[in-house]
Amino acid sequence: MWSSELFFVYPEVVLTTFASFILLLDLWLSPKSKWIIYTLSQLALMATMYCLIQLIAFTPTIVFNGAIILDSISLSLKLIICLFGSFVFIYTRKYLFDRQEFKAEYFILCLFSILGMMILVSSYNFLSLYLGIELLALPLYALITMLQGNKLATEAAMKYFIMGALASGMLLYGISLLYGVTGSLSLIAVAEHLSISSAAPSLTLMFGLIFVFVSLAFKFGAVPFHMWLPDVYQGSPIIMTLFIGTLPKLAAFGFAIRMLNDTFPSLHFHWQPLLITMGILSLIIGNVVAIAQSNLKRMLAYSTIAHMGFLFLGLSLGSEAGFIAAYNYILIYALMALGGFGVMTLLSCESIEAENIQDFQGLSSQHPWFAFLMMLILLSLAGIPPFSGFYAKFFIIKELIDSGYLGLALFAVLMTVIGAYYYLRIIRVMFFDAPQGSKIQTSLASPEAIVLTLNGFLLLILGIFPAALYQFCQVLVLTAF
Amino acid sequence: MAFPLLSWLIWIPIFGGAALLFLRKETCVLWVRFFSLCLAMFSFGLSCVLLIGFDVTTSEMQWAETIPWIPSFQIFYRLGVDGLSLPLIVLTCFTTILVILASYRSVQNNVADYCATFLIMQGLMCGVFASLDAVLFYSFWEAMLVPMFLIIGRWGGQNRIYATMKFFLYTFFGSVLLLVAILYLQMVAKSTLGAESDGLFNILAFQNLALTMIEQKWIFLAFLIAFAIKVPMWPVHTWLPDAHVEAPAGGSVVLAAILLKMGGYGFLRFILPITPDASQFFASGIIGLSLIAIIYIALVAIVQTDMKKLIAYSSISHMGIVTLGLFTVFSIIKNTENHDVAVASMEGSLVQMISHGFISAALFLCVGVLYDRLHSRLIKDYGGVVNTMPIFAAFFMLFAMANVGLPGTSGFVGEFLVILSAFQAKIWYAVGAATLLILGASYTLWMYKRVIFGSITQPAVATLRDIQGTEICVLLLLAIAILWLGLWPEPLLNILQASTEHLLNQMLHSKL
Repeated sequence: MWSSELFFVYPEVVLTTFASFILLLDLWLSPKSKWIIYTLSQLALMATMYCLIQLIAFTPTIVFNGAIILDSISLSLKLIICLFGSFVFIYTRKYLFDRQEFKAEYFILCLFSILGMMILVSSYNFLSLYLGIELLALPLYALITMLQGNKLATEAAMKYFIMGALASGMLLYGISLLYGVTGSLSLIAVAEHLSISSAAPSLTLMFGLIFVFVSLAFKFGAVPFHMWLPDVYQGSPIIMTLFIGTLPKLAAFGFAIRMLNDTFPSLHFHWQPLLITMGILSLIIGNVVAIAQSNLKRMLAYSTIAHMGFLFLGLSLGSEAGFIAAYNYILIYALMALGGFGVMTLLSCESIEAENIQDFQGLSSQHPWFAFLMMLILLSLAGIPPFSGFYAKFFIIKELIDSGYLGLALFAVLMTVIGAYYYLRIIRVMFFDAPQGSKIQTSLASPEAIVLTLNGFLLLILGIFPAALYQFCQVLVLTAF
Repeated sequence: MAFPLLSWLIWIPIFGGAALLFLRKETCVLWVRFFSLCLAMFSFGLSCVLLIGFDVTTSEMQWAETIPWIPSFQIFYRLGVDGLSLPLIVLTCFTTILVILASYRSVQNNVADYCATFLIMQGLMCGVFASLDAVLFYSFWEAMLVPMFLIIGRWGGQNRIYATMKFFLYTFFGSVLLLVAILYLQMVAKSTLGAESDGLFNILAFQNLALTMIEQKWIFLAFLIAFAIKVPMWPVHTWLPDAHVEAPAGGSVVLAAILLKMGGYGFLRFILPITPDASQFFASGIIGLSLIAIIYIALVAIVQTDMKKLIAYSSISHMGIVTLGLFTVFSIIKNTENHDVAVASMEGSLVQMISHGFISAALFLCVGVLYDRLHSRLIKDYGGVVNTMPIFAAFFMLFAMANVGLPGTSGFVGEFLVILSAFQAKIWYAVGAATLLILGASYTLWMYKRVIFGSITQPAVATLRDIQGTEICVLLLLAIAILWLGLWPEPLLNILQASTEHLLNQMLHSKL
């Protein structure tokens, strides 16, 4: 029986095997043949994706006594995480090769973190969920400090670690309270218990709920649990910001869907105000504070907070349409973040981290193509049509209005006007200012540049044809629920 | 399905412009100019086909195209033109030719980017005028801000960054309210027409939607902020002088000739037909704002020392006539029950929109001609230009007179129709509007006198060379258009007639 159930976690097994193998192999490889590590890591992700595709026919399945679920949401999220992970590796390759100190650990730890994400999105039990969250986060703490021993990185890692530990503790405490009330760790059992009891939820249950939501908000970086995010984004080397800024958000979305739709749908009335409040606060703080930043990474961190606020508003509806819009939003957000940090990674060379806004001055005259791609990405982030960022926002605003939250929708769109300012500021610096000395050498024919071009144009194409991605999300969400 | 002419009009300039972006080498400049001119001429040719094939007897949408775009929400790629949008599309294509021609002399660096940006913007602007689906309209409406932002920011003057940011954020702020209003209307449409109806985002379906007064008032205000910023109406006009002054000549031309018209078009397509009762309720307020724009802004124009700023204020003042003509309709009908006068008033507004497109473009190009030579926009740096540039002075004279509203020029037709009809509404509306003729004459002619006449006081003016080649060509095209419209406005009025009458019926048909 076990061997047959193992079939459904084949992708995870493959990924673990590859990661462990690379870890061992690294000990024997000479510095010159480190490219093997990179190739193997890409291969690991490809193999995992191949196994995932094989499993499509078997959804939905619940295995390991209800610990792991394989439905359209978890499978699609895993595929997309692996795909974007592969993009991340492509972008970081040159960065790591240029700096003599090639670290194989980067790829290995990233692979383990991806494994954690895969477990998280397919967990159907609080224990596997906790396991996933920890496996996701622990490699990241090490990764942040690994590359450069500077103070900022250390501070970022410390802060991330302490805050992360705190959030994990909260989650565990919440889980234990829920276990106390419902007598089960299985998400579906908890949900059944909650839907049967007609009485108002007890104080203990509400505490449990709130603690779980705190850890959820922490993973997304929603206000007021956002404090770690700007420091971590800024302090980490750009390749880490690239990783942290994209993939964990997708995994956190899986976490959110499991909680909101699978576990607590009957408490919608109680958690909706939580999400709306955090959404509003995130939109305000994210957008307003981003204006004052001079470090691009930090600015994008605040912009992330604002985007998560938007996402929370979509999630707060608790309806299928709301989840579809939110899923669409997080996918497009991840693509935008990937592109934005990708440009920064490609522009960072041996000695320079392109992270201050001044570093981008006059980029359009030195690297017109990268400036153009960055403009596409920034306009998409700002939510200007015809870029996909606009349609992602549009779907959420539409669902808000259709559900009667007119004021909330109005507030959200007004916040995007504030947001537009700081994105335009970067475009302004790139296109209207004179360049300050030449520094960055990047060839357009390199694989990373080609992938980045694809990434940027995908935002435009998904904007001109927004229906495709939306329908994809629609199918996934509707088959899962 | 018929030939998708409107799609061609939208996408050929966009794809052509995008292709130009790859011809960035300095050696290709001549090819770039030639290719972009061909594209602009081709688009103009297409718009002429549109004009010839247009049936003036009906207010139905013509050349319609409908393709599902976001089927989950019944959002369509839905295009069509009627008498209200057709002249504006032709104006857009015409203006782009002028801009490309005018850039031959005035733009020497990043030529490919410059032409490409204008061509892409042309496509997007045609999209705004042609789209009949609210989401499609909004997409074009917003997307068009980006090229304009880049034009002002890259090729603009000293203070360009402030101006372009202000332009973008001001208009973006207005637009998001438009988005919320559209989504609200969609929700109402869903509850009346049913979720499966294909008219959930159809602007024409919005026009037939029953709305309560309170809903209409809020939607009216949301629309008003969006469109009033674009027109611009007093007191949300402050972005315009900044944007005009800092924009390159081509940017100013497009800004004045077409962007401002989008605000007016928004009134025609959204505000008046969708919220007729609220429009009637707020009409006197809008008329008040229009009169303030006409009189106060004209007074502001008189004291300007910068030629571009003066023309920018003159634009605001002239656009006041447009909004005035549209909103006096309600009291004309109330007083006289005479539909012909009301139609005349609205047609006056529309003619004023088109005519102002030509005149303001011409004036900005004239200032551009002077600016290219002396790199100054200040009136005091000139004087006696007629001695060195007689041909230019003659053209400038014609355009200045058209701006004043001299009979025989296009400026006269619209203003005359609006003012004449305004007498039927309230006499002091007409009196207020008529002061435009006096004040307009004073600022335009006074500027003309100081710049062109007199003896040469500045040594630099003595070295000026008269216009030649493409410059004459550009100004000649505009002069022909202005005189044609002034002497024989019949064809334009014919195109407008059926659609205007249809719009008037919609405005008078209460939705309550």
